[in-house]
Amino acid sequence: MHFVRVAAAHVLTVVLALAACAVASGSAHADGDAQKGKAAFIKNGCWQCHDFAGEGSIATSSGRAIARTALPLDAFKAFVRTTDGPMPPFRPEILSDQDLDDIYAYLQSLPLPNQASDIPLLNDARSQ
Amino acid sequence: MPVKGPNARFNRRKFLATAAVASTAGVTGPVNAAPAPVSEPLPRPPSVLPPNAYVAANETGTPQMPETASGKPGSDFMVDVIKTFDIKYVPANPAASYRGLHESIIDYGKNTMPEFLTCMHEESAVGMCHGYFKATGKPIMSLVHGVVGLQHATMAIYNAWCDRVPVLVIGGNDLDAAHRPPLVPTFHSAQDINAIVRDYTKWDDTPVSPEHFAQSFVRMYKIATTPPYGPVMMSLDGGLQNEPIRDRGEPLYIPKFFAATPPQGDDAAVKEAARLLANAEHPVIVVDRAARTPDGVKLLVELAELLQAPVVNQGGRMNFPNTHPLSRPASVIGQADVVIGMELSDYWGTVNGFWDNGDDGWGHNFSKIKPGTKLISISSVDLLTKSNYQDFQRFQSIDISMPGDAEATLPSLIDAVKSAISSDRKDAMTKRGDAIRQAHAKGLADTKQAAAVAWDASPISTARLVMELYAQIKDLDWSLVSTSGNTSNWANRLWPMEKHYQWLGGSGGYGIGYGAPASVGAALGNRDLGRFSVSIQSDGDIMFAPGVLWTAARHKIPLLAVMHNNRGYHQESMHVQRFANFRNRVANTGNDLAPIGTSIMNPDIAYHELAKSMGWWAKGPITDPADLGPAIKEAVAVVKDGQPALVNVMTQPR
Repeated sequence: MHFVRVAAAHVLTVVLALAACAVASGSAHADGDAQKGKAAFIKNGCWQCHDFAGEGSIATSSGRAIARTALPLDAFKAFVRTTDGPMPPFRPEILSDQDLDDIYAYLQSLPLPNQASDIPLLNDARSQ
Repeated sequence: MPVKGPNARFNRRKFLATAAVASTAGVTGPVNAAPAPVSEPLPRPPSVLPPNAYVAANETGTPQMPETASGKPGSDFMVDVIKTFDIKYVPANPAASYRGLHESIIDYGKNTMPEFLTCMHEESAVGMCHGYFKATGKPIMSLVHGVVGLQHATMAIYNAWCDRVPVLVIGGNDLDAAHRPPLVPTFHSAQDINAIVRDYTKWDDTPVSPEHFAQSFVRMYKIATTPPYGPVMMSLDGGLQNEPIRDRGEPLYIPKFFAATPPQGDDAAVKEAARLLANAEHPVIVVDRAARTPDGVKLLVELAELLQAPVVNQGGRMNFPNTHPLSRPASVIGQADVVIGMELSDYWGTVNGFWDNGDDGWGHNFSKIKPGTKLISISSVDLLTKSNYQDFQRFQSIDISMPGDAEATLPSLIDAVKSAISSDRKDAMTKRGDAIRQAHAKGLADTKQAAAVAWDASPISTARLVMELYAQIKDLDWSLVSTSGNTSNWANRLWPMEKHYQWLGGSGGYGIGYGAPASVGAALGNRDLGRFSVSIQSDGDIMFAPGVLWTAARHKIPLLAVMHNNRGYHQESMHVQRFANFRNRVANTGNDLAPIGTSIMNPDIAYHELAKSMGWWAKGPITDPADLGPAIKEAVAVVKDGQPALVNVMTQPR
């Protein structure tokens, strides 16, 4: 059997490591177009796992939202290019660097969520 | 009891002979015609031949019925047998092969206990039985046409098998090749219709006498309702239904039914499991279909509190209240030194993980537990494993494996744990419990915050969908009868679920098309129990057999269906996208959003109009989250009046 011992947290570890490298290199700013990024986000199927507003799903993105992602741009791009875990890689042949810049700009343009405590309907959650 | 012998048999044969003569007249004509000259080419036959006179009459005409026979038909006695059980309904699609029993149920049996419910697809009928049981704990039965009806029903029977739900299926079949109606009914007959489903039923039989029927029906009920539960099948000969009962010189009798006690785990194994649990630093309880009844929930709470151990509810049933502070997500399994799994459908998948095929075309397996973690299992399914279908999942080595029913074993396990806990462990257990409570509270806060992301988005987020729905039903005695598709499990994460019927689990076999019929079946059961039924209904699921909507309206089954309409077979969208990426190709979406073949758009389906056409109150499409609450509120009022209602909501994918 092709048995590889890896942990689910491995992907996150890689992401965080990449993020740290990117922060250290000081290249953390997007130079993209949010409108074009939204189009690329939809055209290339990012929405399938991350939803149209980047909220993500416990079923498809381990519950992590990518709207307003805290990852610096370089770490974000490195992850998208190299991931081979639950998320497949998007290589330059199918998604250009400019597309990634634009998608990053789109994700950063999404509104910050309200605090859950400010949403009355969520006050009902798991209380009888 | 009046009986009739050879004379009645003669009447049936006379009828069949008449039908056979009619048939023969229809098909022998061309044989007597002059042969075509050899030198001339024969005319090209049409691709579809017109029906002969008999086929046309069979499909469109008034069926010839046997002469009235004196004496009690076999199917009347079958109704007597069925009525000895508390079987309230027979959801079924009508069919000639069980016409005798059908007539007896509605006329001789007065159409009560059971009541015949008209269904438009056999998969819907069996799916209704499945949902009904999970809402009520009582099995009902379905009738299917021998070959073609049973073939339609197979996916629903497989779901019931995988979900360990008792469903009684009777298939009409005309065995007597010399006397059954020719042509269509013969196309629909087989030597052994039960073979179609034998790989995923607990038991089947083909009775050949009324007495045999009585024994087999009582037996099939007993087998189906003894854990592990499961579907059972009976092939019922047309002649046996239709012929008057012959006097064989002995009185007919119906065996008395006594429920079997469920199998329990071995005493010595229970004690050893208790010792491991009592001495563990981080024991974790994992449950899937452990609580067969409300008592099972109480027992699991007692065990968890005794051990101060976290409980991971995989959700095959409402095993454990999600409001309980010991309720925790699956991630805690990674910290465990002892795991006890109860009625898990996939133990391997509980303690291992899998990444689907990546760059190298292989799936990647990985362990989710620490080396040396002790594994305990209680599972009745270990008592019944078949070979062909792979629902038994991958093999997992287990330190203590107890083939037996978890709920029935829990009392002795609790007693054994009480005896095994030493006084010097109690402080540590209390501290463990406190830590779990804190983690539970933080987990809930994090979950609420995750739900807040994209709260005002359009299409509507699945978190918003479920909470707008909950706001309208929270003061009712609600039952979430089904969530088809995938709404990120928000209902289980956000709604307080404490009663056994508030969550009924999934399909078992993951066959799409379960959600709609199971919801209607569960709502039928809940109707009689005074509960309010609600389903989250996915688009792909409902389109497998939407005729069940008509059944709900026809039989006044109140159900609130809120559509999770993400306009696609979304799981498959992601599969194709993933493969395109690994192969370094841009996925071809055609004119849709998702890879070709996975979208349900262009045109969009107006599910609200579909529901209206079948007698439902319906509204939609709802795209603005601000409109959702008011629409659901209207629908709730309709359902409270006893009618089904549907709200079509355009949603985010997951």
